[in-house]
Formats: sequence, C-alpha cells, structure tokens
Amino acid sequence: MLLTVRKISRSFGGFELKNVSFDVQQGQYFVLLGASGVGKSVLLEIIAGLTHPDDGRIFLNGTNITSEKIQKRKIGMVFQSYTLFPHMKVYDNIAYPLRTGYTKHQIPKRVAKLAEDFGVTGLLKRKPQTLSGGESQRVSLARAVASEPRCLLLDEPISSLDAKSRPRMRALLRKINAKGQTIIHVTHDYIEAASLGTHIAVMEGGTIAQTGTVDDIFQHPKSEFIARFIGIRNFFKGNLEKPHLQAGLKQFRTDGLAFSVLTDSHAGNGFVCIRNEDVIIHNPSSTAEPTIAGNNFEGTIVDIVRFGPGIEVIINIGTNNLKTQKTANVNPLEIAALITAESAKALNLHCGKKVCISFKASSVKYVEE
Amino acid sequence: MKSGIPSTKYEPLTLLFAALGGIVLLFIIAPLISMFVNSSLGELTETAKDQEVRSSIWLTLWTSMAATILFAIAAIPFSYLLARKKFPLKGLVTSIIDLPIVIPHSAAGLALLGVVSKSGLFGKAADKMGFEIVGSSAGIIAAMAFVSIPYLLNSARDGFLAVPVRLEKAALSLGASPLRVFLTVSVPLASRSIVSGLILMWARGMSEFGAVLIIAYHPMITPVLIYERFGAFGLKYARPVAVLFVSVCLVFFIILRLLARGKDAAYR
Repeated sequence: MLLTVRKISRSFGGFELKNVSFDVQQGQYFVLLGASGVGKSVLLEIIAGLTHPDDGRIFLNGTNITSEKIQKRKIGMVFQSYTLFPHMKVYDNIAYPLRTGYTKHQIPKRVAKLAEDFGVTGLLKRKPQTLSGGESQRVSLARAVASEPRCLLLDEPISSLDAKSRPRMRALLRKINAKGQTIIHVTHDYIEAASLGTHIAVMEGGTIAQTGTVDDIFQHPKSEFIARFIGIRNFFKGNLEKPHLQAGLKQFRTDGLAFSVLTDSHAGNGFVCIRNEDVIIHNPSSTAEPTIAGNNFEGTIVDIVRFGPGIEVIINIGTNNLKTQKTANVNPLEIAALITAESAKALNLHCGKKVCISFKASSVKYVEE
Repeated sequence: MKSGIPSTKYEPLTLLFAALGGIVLLFIIAPLISMFVNSSLGELTETAKDQEVRSSIWLTLWTSMAATILFAIAAIPFSYLLARKKFPLKGLVTSIIDLPIVIPHSAAGLALLGVVSKSGLFGKAADKMGFEIVGSSAGIIAAMAFVSIPYLLNSARDGFLAVPVRLEKAALSLGASPLRVFLTVSVPLASRSIVSGLILMWARGMSEFGAVLIIAYHPMITPVLIYERFGAFGLKYARPVAVLFVSVCLVFFIILRLLARGKDAAYR
C-alpha cells in the first residue's frame, strides 16, 4: 500500500472531518468526490502536511508521516489556485524543485523535457501572470511532477478551466497516471471522477461514505446521497414488498407505482435508482410486448433537454394508467430517459406526446435504508 | 443644451478637500522653497567647497547607510518571524518595536548612552575589542539605527504579511528547505515593502539629530553641524549647509525610489 489514511479528524471553521480512512495503492488514480465545503481540500492539505490533523495517522510506504515536515514527505500538490511563483518565469517555476538533486547542466535538459511533456515549451520565458488558466495549470503540474513526488495531490485541477482546456487537461492527467504516477484528485464533479479515476471515495458530511472502483460506485451506490451525487437522475423512495413474482423478483412501491426489482434484499423501506440510459422509449403503437419481469409504463413527455452528447427526455408516468402494473394513482412521477438525437427524431418526440417507456428489472438498483 | 452625466470633478466637497490639501502641501513646501530661495548660488558654492561641510555630509550618508544595512540583516528575518509566527508576548514585542518612534529622541540618546558608554554593556564589550562607541562613527550608527529601525521592521513585516502563505507551502512541498523558501519566495515577494522600509530607515537615520547629539557630537554629522553653525554664527551660515544637505538627500532619495520602482516592475 502506498498511502494509508487512518481515522483522520480535523475540525475548523464550522465543519469537520471525522474518522476519514482510505487506502491508495501504487499507480492508482484515486478520486475524492464530494460537494463543496465537505473538507476534501483540507484532507489533501493534511496528506501534504500543510495542515495538521487533530487526530489520526497517515502512512506512506508503511512509514508514519503524520508529523513529517512538508519538504520531507515527497508528496507533490497542485493547488486549485495554481500557486505559481509570480516573481519567477515559467522556466524558473519548473526548475524550482530541480535545484536540489540535479546539476546545473542537467536542469535545462530536464526543464525542456517536462515543458515538452506538458505542452508549455513556448511559455518558458513568460511570467505566470500572463498565462491562461489552462496554461497555468499545466505549468503547475509540470512543476509538481518535476519534484518527482511519490504521490501527486490535485485540488480541483479541472473545474476552474474553461470548457476548451478541460479535455486536454484530462488527457494530460491520464498520461501522467499511465506512467505510474499515483494521483489523488479532489473534485465535486462526478463526470470528472468517472472519466479519470480508477478508484473513487465519495465524501459526505466530513467522512468517507463509500470507497470503491468506478464501477462499484456507479453501479452500486450505497446511499441516496451517493446516488444523487453521482448523477443518477431516476431516484425513488419507497417500500420493497415480499416476493410474489419470479424468484429474485420483488415489487417496489413508490408514490402509487410499482416497479419490478431484481434483488436479494429483504422487504422494507429503501430506494431504487435507475440510470437514465437504461430507460427505453417507444411509441404506444409499437408492437413490442411487455414482459412480466419488465417495467412498462405509459406517460407524457414533460420536457426534452440536451444532456451531454445525447437528449434527455423527462416523462411523467404518474398520471397514466399502467400496462402491467395495475395500481391506479394520479400523482405525477417523472422519469428521465437518455436517448440519441437520432432516436428522438425517429420517434418524433415532443412535449405533451404520449409515449411508452420500459426498463429491465435488473437495471433497477435497490438500496436498503 | 448640455446633457449627460454631471461631472463630479468640481463638487463643493472635492474643492474643500483640495483646498485643505493645498494648505498642507504649502506648509511642507513653503519653508523648503524659502530656504532655497534665500540662499545665493555664491553662498552654496562656497559652502560646497568647505571641507568640514563635505566631510559631515559624507559621514552622514555612509553612517546612515551602514546603520540600515547592518541592522537589516537582523531586522528582516525578525520581521518575517513577526509576520508568520505566533509566540508568547507577541503584542508586547510589537509595542517595544514602536518605542523608538514615540519617545523623544534626546531621551532615546540618553537611554542608548547607558549601554554604549564605557560602563555600559555594549560599551564594555567594544572597549575590550579596542574601540569606543561614544563619540565615534559606531556611536552615530547605533543612534541612527535605534531611532530608525521601527520603520524597516514595520514595513518588512507588512510586506511578509502580504505574501500568500500558500506560496511558501507550495515551495516547501516542492522539497525546498525553509531557508530557501524564505530567500527565494518570501523575501522577493515582500521586496517592495522591504526596500521601502530600507529607504525610510535610511532617510530617518540620516535626518536624526537628538540621539546622535548625545551619543556622538563629534565626528559631526550634518544635522549637528547645521545646529552648531546656527548657534555659533546664525542663520546666514547655517542655511547654505542645510540647503546643500537637503539637496543631496533628495537626490539620493529619488535615485533609490526609482531603483526600487524598477525592481518592483521587474517582479510584476
């Protein structure tokens, strides 16, 4: 294990970190995902030695570094505000960590190589104040990598960049990680986390709510907060009933509707989430026959919005009768479906149109409360 | 017919404040102009040729610069400490720093005499090393430093306070030692305030009279020489010395300010 964080606690200015523990292995791209103000940045500062914890311990390669001086830790940090030295040119910023460990002749070569790797060769003679956000971030990364850290900490490295610079920065971060650099990346953006991380720790209320691989987190969110935070749009609270359908299939009731759910969980209160890409839309005239294991509903389109590269269609299934679920209710219940623009056109979708939706029982994730 | 936003340039309040400012400016400039106007070129040339005057101006310049440089070596790190660290009795220490500004300079001279005279702590040590502080250039340097060091300490401390701690921590995380961070990040980024403090300390030391008069009447720095000539021969003989000294001070002051501005621009 490269980095072990054990029961770190720190209270300050109205919020606190409570018993934060996680492990990071060599070469992992570990993302700390959480809302603003949850203490992610402070946790990074504690790992880097910039802030001391009230309690807990940090181990790097098995050595307790909780009280180790910042300059002895060999942990690089890229701050959200870049923290480039304003009185030094880009060259001197990148060369700063090289003054120890490299000879005078080696430094220019090393800076040139780093500048090339990070796409800042043309900026070496410029002052940080003249750089754009993306350029400053790349210089800051180059400088941190120049210090050859055992672990590289990144505090929201992408969120402050403009949309044009983001893909380049993501590609750069993947490249650094692919070379074996262990990275801990703090972000509030679940898309950023999913697109970069090999492992994710979701922070909630000053503690780690769930840790796992990207698939673990996105396929099996442990709580309502995590499900919502990682962008699952279709989220319904309700009650899981005792099985009376096929083996493993159970009924989940919410707001008068009932979903078929494939789960081993016991009956009780909980919530279900359905990813919007698992919801299929078809016209009512479609010949597709619903199955007993499936979830098939009729509804009315209430909104159509662009969602990343696709189209998200919001359908109210609460005010319509059901094809297979016989529960009658008139409460509005909206469900989001993600489809391609071509499908939206082919289906001739528009607000107010009646459509049918379906999703498999196995795509409904049930989480006990 | 005129239209648009009415100009605030000539508001009555602005005019009143400008008039008050004019009075203050006049109060500063008028005596100086009067001094320059009442001194003939002949008198000034004659005074400039006077060896005693030239020696005293040179002595004043180098002792004030020496006081500034010597004490800056200790004062700059100390002001960094004041800006960055918390320690017991910090408030008291900060107040002590300002003491030389608030006490009369003649009293400061007397206080200093207690430790630099032959029977005093530093005086004894100097005596053992074979030189005297009282009545020497060393005494002048000590007196000048005593009254002017608060200007450097306060200015440098404000400069260090304005340096983002995050930059220093970033430098540490890059493996730099605290001393290297101080020398390569903190000092350069606070340099504008440090240089400003150095200039103020030097200027204040150069113009010191009261404390120097008590510690070292001789060798004679220019403020003491002006006082002596005024007492012995009157205004006519003292004024050209003052004009010459003020001119030299102004030239040095302007040069140093320009140099400091150039340095500041280079960091921007």
